[in-house]
Amino acid sequence: MKKLRYAGVLTAVALALAGCGGQKVGEDKPAAAGKDCGTFNLTVSPWVGYEANAAVVSYVATKDLGCKVVKKDLKEEIAWQGFSTGEVDVNLENWGHEDLKKKYITDDKVAVEAGSTGVKGIIGWYVPPWMAAKYPDITDWKNLNKYAALFKTSESGGKGQLLDGDPSYVTNDEALVKNLSLNYKVVQSGSETALIQAFRDAEKNKKPLLAYFYEPQWFFNEVKLVKINLPAYKAGCDADPAKVACDYPPYDLDKIVSKKFADSGSPAYDLVKNFKWTNEDQNAVARMIAVDKMTPDQAAQKWVDQNQSKVNTWLGKN
Amino acid sequence: MASITGSVEIEVRRPRRSVVVGVLLVAWVALYFVLRGIDTLVLGGQETTALHRWLTEHRDDVGQGNVFFDAIRIAVDHFVVLLQDLISQPSFDRPVPAIGWLGVIAISAYCAWAFGNWKVAVLTAAGLGFVGLQGLWQESMDTLSLTIAAVLLSLLVAIPLGIWAGLSDRAFKVATLVLDLMQTLPTFVYLAPLTLFFAIGPAAATIATLIYAAPPAVRLTAHAIRSVPPESVEAARSLGSTRGQTLTKVLLPMSRSTVVVGINQTIMAALSMVTVAALIDAPGLGQTVLKALQTLDVGVAFNAGLAIVVIAIVLDRVTTAAGDRPWRTANRRRRLLLAAGAVAVLVAVWFSRTYVWAAEFPSTVNVGSRIAVIASDVTDWVQNVFGGFTYGVRDAVTNGLLNPLEGLLTGSPWWLVTVVVVALAFVLGGWRGAVPAAVCLGLLVATGVWQDSMVTLASTLLATVVVVAVGLALGVWAGRNRRVDTWIRPVLDAGQTMPPFVYLVPFLALFGTSRFTAIAAAVVFAVPVTTKIVADGIRAVPVATVEAANSVGSSSWQVISKVQLPVARRAITLAVNQGLIYVLSMVVVGGLVGAGALGYDVAAGFAQSELYGKGLAAGLAIVLLGVMLDRITQAAARRTENFTTRGDKR
Repeated sequence: MKKLRYAGVLTAVALALAGCGGQKVGEDKPAAAGKDCGTFNLTVSPWVGYEANAAVVSYVATKDLGCKVVKKDLKEEIAWQGFSTGEVDVNLENWGHEDLKKKYITDDKVAVEAGSTGVKGIIGWYVPPWMAAKYPDITDWKNLNKYAALFKTSESGGKGQLLDGDPSYVTNDEALVKNLSLNYKVVQSGSETALIQAFRDAEKNKKPLLAYFYEPQWFFNEVKLVKINLPAYKAGCDADPAKVACDYPPYDLDKIVSKKFADSGSPAYDLVKNFKWTNEDQNAVARMIAVDKMTPDQAAQKWVDQNQSKVNTWLGKN
Repeated sequence: MASITGSVEIEVRRPRRSVVVGVLLVAWVALYFVLRGIDTLVLGGQETTALHRWLTEHRDDVGQGNVFFDAIRIAVDHFVVLLQDLISQPSFDRPVPAIGWLGVIAISAYCAWAFGNWKVAVLTAAGLGFVGLQGLWQESMDTLSLTIAAVLLSLLVAIPLGIWAGLSDRAFKVATLVLDLMQTLPTFVYLAPLTLFFAIGPAAATIATLIYAAPPAVRLTAHAIRSVPPESVEAARSLGSTRGQTLTKVLLPMSRSTVVVGINQTIMAALSMVTVAALIDAPGLGQTVLKALQTLDVGVAFNAGLAIVVIAIVLDRVTTAAGDRPWRTANRRRRLLLAAGAVAVLVAVWFSRTYVWAAEFPSTVNVGSRIAVIASDVTDWVQNVFGGFTYGVRDAVTNGLLNPLEGLLTGSPWWLVTVVVVALAFVLGGWRGAVPAAVCLGLLVATGVWQDSMVTLASTLLATVVVVAVGLALGVWAGRNRRVDTWIRPVLDAGQTMPPFVYLVPFLALFGTSRFTAIAAAVVFAVPVTTKIVADGIRAVPVATVEAANSVGSSSWQVISKVQLPVARRAITLAVNQGLIYVLSMVVVGGLVGAGALGYDVAAGFAQSELYGKGLAAGLAIVLLGVMLDRITQAAARRTENFTTRGDKR
């Protein structure tokens, strides 16, 4: 019994001594780099394309400017609220939202615009590629009624199913179906996750699917969805939501920052303002994150190494 | 012999009621074919009523820049940040938290041992170690900080309220009503308004969690105080105790173990909010789950979900052990050991503050990525093997049951549905059922989302029937067999605490986006609680009663149907009731996988400011459905109970 106790004490002491061998906390403190960039809060909206923006901007801001970037995963409208409280300083990819711009930029004056992201947003109806190959004329909306029976599901009540997505997106789909007299019923999938899963399943098992979707989206790197041509968009044709009978407008995605951040004189503001790239750039980084499972930082590093000249123009070098 | 006369009594009564119910239903179906499509109160997805627009416009009237709310927000924020500084985030000008992983594990295990026993202490250490090995240490500690903050604040509010409701009848009645509301109101409904009061961030997340998690503690505290035998209170009074003394010396100590059950339930509820709170910027594991879902990465989502389950199981077992521990019984030996343990903990904390290996969880062994890969592979396998079959099941159920039921509810004029439901409620539960049903249906019409409510009602009814059937079967099995119970319980715990978001993707793969998928998800979520309550009820049936039935040669089936189920009737009523509430609390999650209707309205109201009012109205409609179904089932249960007791007396 005594021996056991001694053994116990000895092991404890040995463990304690062994533990003392390690590296001490705070020994390798990195030298604080850069000027007075400080900290800024970056909202990250819930799609991978946005995450690609956030990855590259925060990588450059941290590495070249020595800023501290706090990323926050927020839904779009929730993030807008953050401008007034200081919870959010930067939104790198804003899809329209004229009502929110009016409230927070014009009325409350807590946010300002910081130019285009350079990325073009497209919204529309899509089918999986196998359908476009098998039924080439399906991409014209006039032929949709011909194929309505294909799209019947347990949810669509005898009509063709048009699957809609995340409730964050404003859609005119119900009005469109009615005004173009299509024999379809809009079924709410309720989330982007559900929508992508539906397309993945449709392409893999050759099932018919017609759904609301948008570009840029990392999923296009996995399955190249084909867009249906609705009657072309003309300025003002979507003025009355109940009478819409045309395609969605193209979106020029832009950046919004908080007033406080814009006035702070931080070099990070100039970076955010100058940040501009293309759909291809964004998809490349998004693919590394979503498909190759790289961390956002690794993906950003890889892209920045290959595109140093673009990064230099953002930083105002040369 | 009492039970036999009782059943005779029921047999005389039952056919009459079932005949009336049958006639009502047949009449409804007949009228449906005549009146189909009239007054169905349809409202399109983006359409709103005047009430909805009014609610949207007045959204900003409260809460903007209010000093009172700001003070609360800042205080709560500081509290959460303090906890995070302690255990999860780099703080106090150091690159690591104030207490590293070794210190946190040592402290937790020590507390588990001091308040519970050494078994749960080992479990705690193992559980936290496992979470670290998953590569989720920091996220877990963030979640833990938020949970601790929310639970402590909940208890600060809930226990005094519970005591008050325990002592005063009037407070008890009001509390029951408000708590029902707090538990059925979907979290999504108050998530967006809360951000108006408290902005986004840890404070709002903590307060949202508090609202959801406080009710069980209030309920159980009140219940505990009310169940203290009046003799004890009178004895204390007669010895000259004041009211305060009676409370602190008699009522509270005697209700301690039930109050601990309440604390336990509060912790579980708080953990189930982790993912939802992440939508308003709560740090921690919820973020990991949501992020993984963007790329449909089931493996990573499952890994994070598993960490939540592990934390939940640890906290559950520790609080249960603490509740079972006799009050103040440490002997000399235990006290010495406790003191020695305290020194060891201090050493561990010192280590974790001094050395890197004890401060940051080593990332060399990463079990997490392996778990993620296995989870993904299993999901793929299930999808490939069962894929075709599951679609068949879905279509059969949807076309055979759901569509007819939904058609009947949505296709009939609203006044016909109201008349039939109120009449049914009257037949089943008398005035106690009929009056609330009439009021709730009237208010449902006023919310402007009548048709969506009927769609949701159809799915809810179907899901609840399945939940009750499965829950009864599993509960009876587990209640009669100890070994089954020990095996089934961790699975049930996992079903209850695993965030539903994690199994949405596999379910979507199996069943597509449909109402059936939502029903399946609700069933998985609600079966555990139903099973647990039924099992406890069956186990509480006196052994002598069961023995007596066995000795007269009854078969197992007879024992179950004639003895155990009737005796456990009260528990079964509670199980049906809770199953229903759990199904309803999944309505919004169902909206995310294609259930549409109320769930979608609520989610859209959260995401789009112009639909805010409609979302709020839809949230209220869910509550109304819940209150209505709850009152009808309760009234019906009370009636059948009265019949039996009357029969017994004869």
